[in-house]
Amino acid sequence: MNDADQTTTTGSVTRMTEQMTGVGASETPDGLRVSDLNIYYGDFLAVRKVDMTIEPRSITALIGPSGCGKSTFLRSLNRMHEVIPGARVEGTVLLDGEDIYGPGVDPVIIRRKIGMVFQRPNPFPTMSIAENVLAGIRLNSKRLSKSAADDIVEKSLRGANLWDEVKNRLDQPGSGLSGGQQQRLCIARAIAVEPEVLLMDEPCSALDPISTMAVEALMLELKSEYTIVIVTHNMQQAARVSDRTAFFNIDGTGQPGYVVEMDLTEKIFSNPTEKATSDYVTGRFG
Amino acid sequence: MSTLATSMTSRRMSNQGHVAVGLATVAVGFAVSAALNGLSPSWVIVWSFMLYPIAVYVSSRILEDRRQATDRLVRVSVTLAFVVVVLPLASLVWTVIREGAARFDATFLTGNMRLTPEDLAAQNGGEAVGGAFHAMVGTLIVTSVAALIAIPLGLFTAIYLVEYGRGRLVKAITSMVDVMTGIPSIVAGLFSYALFVLILGPGTRTGLAGGVALSVLMTPVVVRSAEEMLRLVPNELREASYALGVPRWKTIVKVVLPTAIAGILTGSTLAIARVIGETAPLLVTVGLAQETNLNPFDGRMTTLPVYTYYQYVQPGIPTDAGQSRAWAAALMLVIIVAVLFTLGRVLARVLQPKGMR
Repeated sequence: MNDADQTTTTGSVTRMTEQMTGVGASETPDGLRVSDLNIYYGDFLAVRKVDMTIEPRSITALIGPSGCGKSTFLRSLNRMHEVIPGARVEGTVLLDGEDIYGPGVDPVIIRRKIGMVFQRPNPFPTMSIAENVLAGIRLNSKRLSKSAADDIVEKSLRGANLWDEVKNRLDQPGSGLSGGQQQRLCIARAIAVEPEVLLMDEPCSALDPISTMAVEALMLELKSEYTIVIVTHNMQQAARVSDRTAFFNIDGTGQPGYVVEMDLTEKIFSNPTEKATSDYVTGRFG
Repeated sequence: MSTLATSMTSRRMSNQGHVAVGLATVAVGFAVSAALNGLSPSWVIVWSFMLYPIAVYVSSRILEDRRQATDRLVRVSVTLAFVVVVLPLASLVWTVIREGAARFDATFLTGNMRLTPEDLAAQNGGEAVGGAFHAMVGTLIVTSVAALIAIPLGLFTAIYLVEYGRGRLVKAITSMVDVMTGIPSIVAGLFSYALFVLILGPGTRTGLAGGVALSVLMTPVVVRSAEEMLRLVPNELREASYALGVPRWKTIVKVVLPTAIAGILTGSTLAIARVIGETAPLLVTVGLAQETNLNPFDGRMTTLPVYTYYQYVQPGIPTDAGQSRAWAAALMLVIIVAVLFTLGRVLARVLQPKGMR
């Protein structure tokens, strides 16, 4: 089962010694604590020295110009970064006090705890709507009774505000839905495995305004149960949905991206500490 | 059509104009053929074909403009190239059907080549004797053995290349597969023959040896086609699966392969069609038998291509009898390939992901 995703963590990192055993993680979530995280593609340092605390049960937005490493950083939070050949990180990311890059940690288990929604809706074309929702559970070889499966499908689709639109055609292919519906199907698929954290990589950039509104409304509902991190190019979206915002910037092509500042969303958009941030959020560059 | 000239119209040839150009070409083709080759219908057609693109270009340059002339020249050339490719194919199929139909009878479909003196006498008297049932069975067995070896091997290699392989090893394997694609089939046959002689002693000829020889030819075709199909599966689907906490092997089995299965099947069918007509390696490894042999592990078998070859070079007396059997066997082979293709297409259609039709 622990197959080939190379673990490419470097040592010299302080790690929490307490194991998370028995602590009901979803009852007392602690969010994500990122410290001293450097992210590489081969020898190229893509993002440098990120220190960030992501509060549980809130929405954290990552904004910044293209190429500044927001998506790269997001993908390093559930170890999706290392799926790319040569990609690796240094530093620690603590989920409820335990380092997800610790020795022996299985990326597959991390990804079950930290789900992800991608920029382009990507339902599995071989599966029906219901099968798509159940994919995370079925593919992890858990046997489900018919009624349990039906319950999960309904709960997840309701959770993603999609139930009423698809309840009569659950056995039809997911790719027959509209773009916005497909993206909500992908969110349903992600929350069906009951992760603690939901990472969203520009989830609305391929959607029209109506579908975007639906997804944003959904995010505001979901934050009562999930910790949400969203990358967005749309600053209005960050202002509308997020509680805290981190601004990433880059000094030039070939330079690593870094976090300029992170604060409450209101403060970032009204009275940021750094000049670069205020230039960016007021549209003076980027 | 109004012929009002404005800044937005261009001069176009009328339909009558096209007909006139066509007729003029045939007339010129007639004249050239008469002058150079003596008057024969085939030469008239050949010359007309070769002259038509030129005629179209010249007339269009005069009556229309340069852009449209170029457009017409390319369109006519491409269409003619297509016709030139399709004509021999149609002619081939037609000839095989015409010649093969004569002996495509019940005796042929059920009989074998163990002929009694009475049979030979009857054949001398012009009766239809001898069949190719044993060759059909042989071809199916040998090809199945080859497919059973080559398809799993090729598919696993392709999965390794696309999903797991990194760096230099992938390059090495890819170029070796390319080299394998170019192996002359007789070399594959000699390789397999030598292999089985080493293991089982000199003079060994079995269906298994033939299957191994064909699998050497078939594997690279399967690898290349399956590799292409796996690369077509969007990376987003793999990432979606990883992000759900699905391990990689399961992602491949449950997400990647089902998405690519239609193409992989089509590719495998093509690979089977590629080897089912091979003659040389089977001549070396499987040999020839007079009767049906169902055991690929022991004894010689006859396959349709080898049967066709021997019926042609050793037709017996009268020669017509053997040659008719050769044509009928060729027809049988064409039918088997056609059925395989149809099956492959139908399977691909059924298994194609519903959302991707």
